[in-house]
Amino acid sequence: MTGLLIRGATLLGETREDIRIRGGRIAATGRLTPELDERVIDADGLVALPGLVDLHTHLREPGGEASETVLTGTRAAAAGGFTAVFAMANTSPVADTAGVVEQVHALGLQHGYATVRPIGAVTVGLEGERLSEIGAMARSRASVRVFSDDGRCVHDALLMRRALEYVATFDGVIAQHAQEPRLTEGAQMNEGALSGELGLAGWPAVAEESIIARDVLLAQHTGARLHVCHLSTAGSVEVIRWAKARGIAVTAEVTPHHLLLTEDLARGYDARFKVNPPLRRDDDVRALREALADGTIDIVATDHAPHPAEAKECTWAEAAFGMVGLESAVPVLQTTMIETGMLGWEDLARVMSSAPAAIGRLDGYADPLTEGAPANVTLVDPAARRTWSTDDLRGRSRNTPYTGVELAGTIVATVHGGVATVLDGDLRPADEVVAAWAGLREDARG
Amino acid sequence: MKHLLSTRDLDRATAVSILDIAEDMARTADREVRKLPTLRGKTVVNLFFEDSTRTRLSFESAAKRLSADVITFSAKGSSVSKGESLKDTAQTLQAMGADAIVVRHHGSGAAHLLAHAGWIDAHVLNAGDGTHEHPTQALLDAFTMRQRRYGADSRERDLAGMRVVIVGDVVHSRVARSNVWLLSTLGAEVHLVAPRTLLPSGVETWPVTVHEHLEPALALGPDVVMMLRIQQERMHAAFFPSGREYAREWGLTAERFALLGPDTMVMHPGPMNRGLEISSAAADSSASTVLAQVTNGVFIRMAVLYLLVAGSSEERA
Repeated sequence: MTGLLIRGATLLGETREDIRIRGGRIAATGRLTPELDERVIDADGLVALPGLVDLHTHLREPGGEASETVLTGTRAAAAGGFTAVFAMANTSPVADTAGVVEQVHALGLQHGYATVRPIGAVTVGLEGERLSEIGAMARSRASVRVFSDDGRCVHDALLMRRALEYVATFDGVIAQHAQEPRLTEGAQMNEGALSGELGLAGWPAVAEESIIARDVLLAQHTGARLHVCHLSTAGSVEVIRWAKARGIAVTAEVTPHHLLLTEDLARGYDARFKVNPPLRRDDDVRALREALADGTIDIVATDHAPHPAEAKECTWAEAAFGMVGLESAVPVLQTTMIETGMLGWEDLARVMSSAPAAIGRLDGYADPLTEGAPANVTLVDPAARRTWSTDDLRGRSRNTPYTGVELAGTIVATVHGGVATVLDGDLRPADEVVAAWAGLREDARG
Repeated sequence: MKHLLSTRDLDRATAVSILDIAEDMARTADREVRKLPTLRGKTVVNLFFEDSTRTRLSFESAAKRLSADVITFSAKGSSVSKGESLKDTAQTLQAMGADAIVVRHHGSGAAHLLAHAGWIDAHVLNAGDGTHEHPTQALLDAFTMRQRRYGADSRERDLAGMRVVIVGDVVHSRVARSNVWLLSTLGAEVHLVAPRTLLPSGVETWPVTVHEHLEPALALGPDVVMMLRIQQERMHAAFFPSGREYAREWGLTAERFALLGPDTMVMHPGPMNRGLEISSAAADSSASTVLAQVTNGVFIRMAVLYLLVAGSSEERA
């Protein structure tokens, strides 16, 4: 079978259409008749979205293969409806050279579940001292456009200024993990009455907000683009809103977990709920949802952070920060934003596909689901509901915070560049995906 | 009661009954044969990830007086320092037949985790977890206050009407947290005194009155002044400028001690920094309950072990 026909999908939740996919592209939309060499996907009742783009994924390879690899991470991504992920730089070795980013990029191409765009480290070894070879990474086959010392805030003001200026030279963007390091030494959870009671060191909102405030002013001063990772507080929203009103070139992201979960989950000392930035208060969750709805926050990114069981089966302070989030992203967004009426499906497509692609300078996502566009398509069944469990995960690690939580919506199919990576709600086998890509390349040559 | 993890979970009746059982235990100390057969055949493990000789000895002595078999496991120099996890250690101890695990750990929530993670089904007794709680310390403090106040007439009483001033490094103190919850449950009026740097966030939601300076709190005529231990290294993290300044502002100096009423108790969970948070004049005075606290610690730990491991009150001899 060389083509796919998606029948009766509701495009972006608006009109019912068929989608024909040929040669890796959308060949036609409208009312279409199946052809003999097509695999037909019955999409009655399903919402067709553009393939989703995650600007903040930890694939862990190289160095962290015990928790995730490019293969397992992109399989998790495909299962979550993603067709492209930006792989964070905090690997071992760090993604601070052209060699490492090209390797990660090539692994993505080899497996074919999703496009992997590596994020380059801003500074050598994430040490916050010297700039890494940003130009070499930008000009490499991985064409890096997003640079971040994620987890390690670029806190030195001069270094941040230079990084913003230098990265702008290559049309890149700094994705800042906003965390004032001195204010958060040993920090374990949101600072407040609960941290005081539990005896866990607090991570105060001001440590995030003060860095964002400084960075938007630096972005204004330098005229460079700034992207702020995982906003977690109402105060951060206010700063971003102010900056955007001033015309500063800043974009902001929020994670699904910060849209749903609050600090109260720390009460049982279950380290699955330990994440950085930490889960905050109800008021913060509300402010983040409103900001995503009104466009103050541009995108949703998962900060998918896989960890082996032993990194979470220990005392809170000893446990690693982070939770997996690729598979659950759309269900959490449907639950928190769609079903509350705060976003429509078209908005969801913007915040989870076209906008992150634009920030990361990823081509092919500007006019999705239209004739001639690369065939990146995700089908969601919005009527499905399920109680989340670790069986719903497809990556290598099990550290989901949603076990036992009822979430709406499920990913039924994912098509990456014309290749089906998920059908009938489950992953296609690795050899089939690889063979399909080989077939496409052959067609393109022939 | 399956576990003792926090004083926050204790209601007044349970707290008073623990104190009353400790009274029973105290009476046995005067007998010729001090040992009770209550926990014969039971195994109590002391699992100490932090050095704390006095707490460990107190628990060991309590368990032995109840005739339990006692295993003490210190993390230093053991498999734990070679990277074994809390989970593996706990499961190993369970496999050796531990009926109760007394755990002291540097991480807040460690006891809670042992009790609720599903790794083991032994009783868990929190002997201090990070900067969270130290419930038996608070119970022995309450016991000591009640005993000083009511003597032989202590039984069934709570601490209603008592005014307790707790001074010092509240933010890092598990003793302060456990005392705040327990003393307020028992009806005492609790005051905290510390510079803002040493007060936990959200302290305004606690059932206490907060003072930034010591004199106004002492002027209230407290029944108890409890001085918390100050860690010398705190001054390097800018919590206060120097030990000298701390002692001058928040220490129970000889001058401040002299202003206290004749019946005011001076308490300290130990070990003391003489000359820093407490002067020798206060520590060595008859107002000081420091040694009584140590003695009572054994009775309280006997009472708690008895309640957890031996179970129902009918068995009480």
